[in-house]
Amino acid sequence: MTRKSVTLILSVFMALAMILAGCSSGGSGSSSSSAGKTLIFGRGADTTSLDPAVVTDGESFRVTQNIFDTLVSYDYSKQSTSILPSLATSWKITNGGKVYTFNLQNGIKFQDGTPFNAQAVVYNFDRWMNGKASGKFAYFPSMFGGYKGDAGLVIQSVTAPNANTVVFTLKRPSAPFLKNLAMSPFAISSPAAIKKYGKNYGVTAAVGTGAYSFKSWKRNDTITLTKNKNYWKKGLPKISTLIFKVIPDNSSRLNALKNGEIDLMDGVNPSDVAGLKGNNQLQVYTRPPMNIAYLGFNVTMKPFNNVKVRQALNMAVDKSGIIKAFYNGQAQPAVNPMPPSLLGYDKSIKPYPYDLTQAKKLLAQAGFPNGFTTTLYTMSNPRDYIPEPMNVAQSIQSTFGKIGVKVKIVTVEWSSYIDKLTKGGAPMYIMGWTGDNGDPDNFLYTLLDKDAIGSNNFSFYSNNQLHNILIAAQSETSDAKRVALYDQAQVILHNDAPWVPLVYANPVLVGKSTITGYKPSPTGTEPFDAVNIK
Amino acid sequence: MLSYSVKRLLMLVPVLLGMTIIVFAIIHAIPGNPALTILGTKATPEAIHNLNQSLGLDQPLYVQYFTYLKNILSGHLGTSIQDNTSIASEIWPHLAATIELSFVAMVIAVVVGINAGIISAWKQNSVFDYAAMIIALIGVSMPIFWLGLLEQWAFSVKLNWLPSIGRTDIITTVQPITNLYLIDTLLEGQFAQFWMVVRHLILPAIALATIPTAIIARMTRSSMLEVLKSDYIRTAKAKGEHMFWIVYKYALKNAFIPILTVIGLQTGLLLGGAILTETIFGWPGIGLYVYNAIQYRDYPVIQSGILVISFIFVMVNFITDLLYGLFDPRIKYR
Repeated sequence: MTRKSVTLILSVFMALAMILAGCSSGGSGSSSSSAGKTLIFGRGADTTSLDPAVVTDGESFRVTQNIFDTLVSYDYSKQSTSILPSLATSWKITNGGKVYTFNLQNGIKFQDGTPFNAQAVVYNFDRWMNGKASGKFAYFPSMFGGYKGDAGLVIQSVTAPNANTVVFTLKRPSAPFLKNLAMSPFAISSPAAIKKYGKNYGVTAAVGTGAYSFKSWKRNDTITLTKNKNYWKKGLPKISTLIFKVIPDNSSRLNALKNGEIDLMDGVNPSDVAGLKGNNQLQVYTRPPMNIAYLGFNVTMKPFNNVKVRQALNMAVDKSGIIKAFYNGQAQPAVNPMPPSLLGYDKSIKPYPYDLTQAKKLLAQAGFPNGFTTTLYTMSNPRDYIPEPMNVAQSIQSTFGKIGVKVKIVTVEWSSYIDKLTKGGAPMYIMGWTGDNGDPDNFLYTLLDKDAIGSNNFSFYSNNQLHNILIAAQSETSDAKRVALYDQAQVILHNDAPWVPLVYANPVLVGKSTITGYKPSPTGTEPFDAVNIK
Repeated sequence: MLSYSVKRLLMLVPVLLGMTIIVFAIIHAIPGNPALTILGTKATPEAIHNLNQSLGLDQPLYVQYFTYLKNILSGHLGTSIQDNTSIASEIWPHLAATIELSFVAMVIAVVVGINAGIISAWKQNSVFDYAAMIIALIGVSMPIFWLGLLEQWAFSVKLNWLPSIGRTDIITTVQPITNLYLIDTLLEGQFAQFWMVVRHLILPAIALATIPTAIIARMTRSSMLEVLKSDYIRTAKAKGEHMFWIVYKYALKNAFIPILTVIGLQTGLLLGGAILTETIFGWPGIGLYVYNAIQYRDYPVIQSGILVISFIFVMVNFITDLLYGLFDPRIKYR
């Protein structure tokens, strides 16, 4: 190498550096070209399947929500879980709540051009009900009580007397039935597409009646949807291209938003929220809570089989301290095992006070004047309802320590954690739940009924009186009577204290200030049809 | 040399076979159940049982292992149990993303690391030497995720020079031919896209290059110091040869073997999963692919992914071994 060539190489490097510096990186997000507007949503994980019927994860529903419609819909514009017409324009409930007759929209087509009609609805329900052998349709049996042939299945039959009418006959009245039908997994797919793509339906294709059609999926990277020009809601959607981009790390996702590479994101670190308030390029959204984080006790293990111990520990958790430190204020202290936005939430119940003296007294009455030693299990990864599980566990450890309860913390990675809790291996554990359908049954029955032992009742709490109330509430169709039943249930749970309800968390989202019409739904996912960019 | 190569390649077979057994044993030893993870906490126990059955996970372990081995030997990498995609068609796009990133990172590491090491040795105990070695020490101990976030904050958010995430602008699609975007964009004559791909590579490549650069610099320095003290260098100096040529031509060649070893090992490590860098920079590479699979207990993807990674690792080492002879003719391959 001569000196000349060294100089040459150096000058090439210098030139490159200068071009680089001169070229500012205008972000790629929210471009509005002749092809129309594009919105890029940044998120932490990828979709599992584009077929909503076979998944349970929110990241999959976030996408399918825009490709598909359900028979009835939540009121997304009011951020509530009350029910509105969607593919069904109206319905009648007869025969003591056992027959639902839906009138369907006329003349709607799926994105592949095939007609939407009553036969398509029946086809979809048959597909799910007959799914027992594959074990694929996880949500269907948990919301409707089983598959065809199971005693628990609440649906007797689904029939199509004519092209625009669907009749559901139930074995018994089911209060959450309409709310279940509005859930993302029960969206209606094109039967022609399901047959055409077979095993690849949901992998390479997804066809519904929704505002956007599926275009492409690069795994662990992006999913692109384009506007459905024949969408049945006139004038919608307003944005032509919708892209979901995976950026696993919360902080770098926020960096990408600040740099304009994405337009909207979820999964903001609570500690970053305060820093966003003064930024007029960005706006902060709060998702109304439909979740709960709780500290559970395995009530079959000593000393947690003693109700006084459980009540004492209920007085030894500093919930407002936890909210201030680890939620940055984006949460409310929890009182009951379900969030206040749901039907039948009992406002009259007084929360256990944070009172260490009282707690110590109660612990002495229970026979533990000097406390005891135990283990607290927690997940290693953040969840929507608990962004910093380890820190919350340490806060509980420190206040329990003050009443003599020595706590050892064990963190377990998520997949192993569920396994551990299902088998009842944790005396004390931190857990949470995000509601599915906005019905109280989906919290109280799903999490604390004796039927749920072996699935989501990780406390192994079994109470026959509660069971009878919850079963009665399931088949009661009058809201007033259900409220009365759920009030009783919450009083029992408050006194029996199988959990310390910790918080109802408000998940935070951030977007560019030019975005209009975005309303985060309490269900965790929402359609983007009304969203626009200024 | 030829018979050596054949022998080495044959030895890969037991190595990779051993690898499959170890990987299989480890992933089945960690707790967690794929059906439970796929279906989530919402699923009924019955649904979980049925899914386990349809995935063949209720079979005895040795049966599962031999089924897997049979598939591998007949060239099937399997199907993901999480999203039902063919692993053979998914693994290359992810691997290509990692190869491209690692290659650029290694070029940076080799150019910067070797030169820093050489100059440090040449000007031993100078200010440059001390500064370079302190920086190298910091480089080795720097957490990559922190460096990555810092880069994004400085060069994307504050200075607005470079994009912070991804392989391309999110709305731009590069038509994949080889899935190595630097090559694909050139083949298609899309020079604007090529430049965009380069700009997306800079920050993650620098973050990824930090540790190898530091290790290579330290190795080069110590290896060079030893060689620079030897007799033939003194002779060359006495003959009045220019110091630049002594260092870069005569000394470097003899000092290069241990440096090459380090480069080989580091390349293998980078390809094996730049998982932290890929997480921070939203880079859809093989590390992220396997990491996600581990979270979902997606056994086929974990097994095939690690198998491919280990294959590349041993191949890189094999190539490194062959390169030794190129730099030192005294090394004989038998």
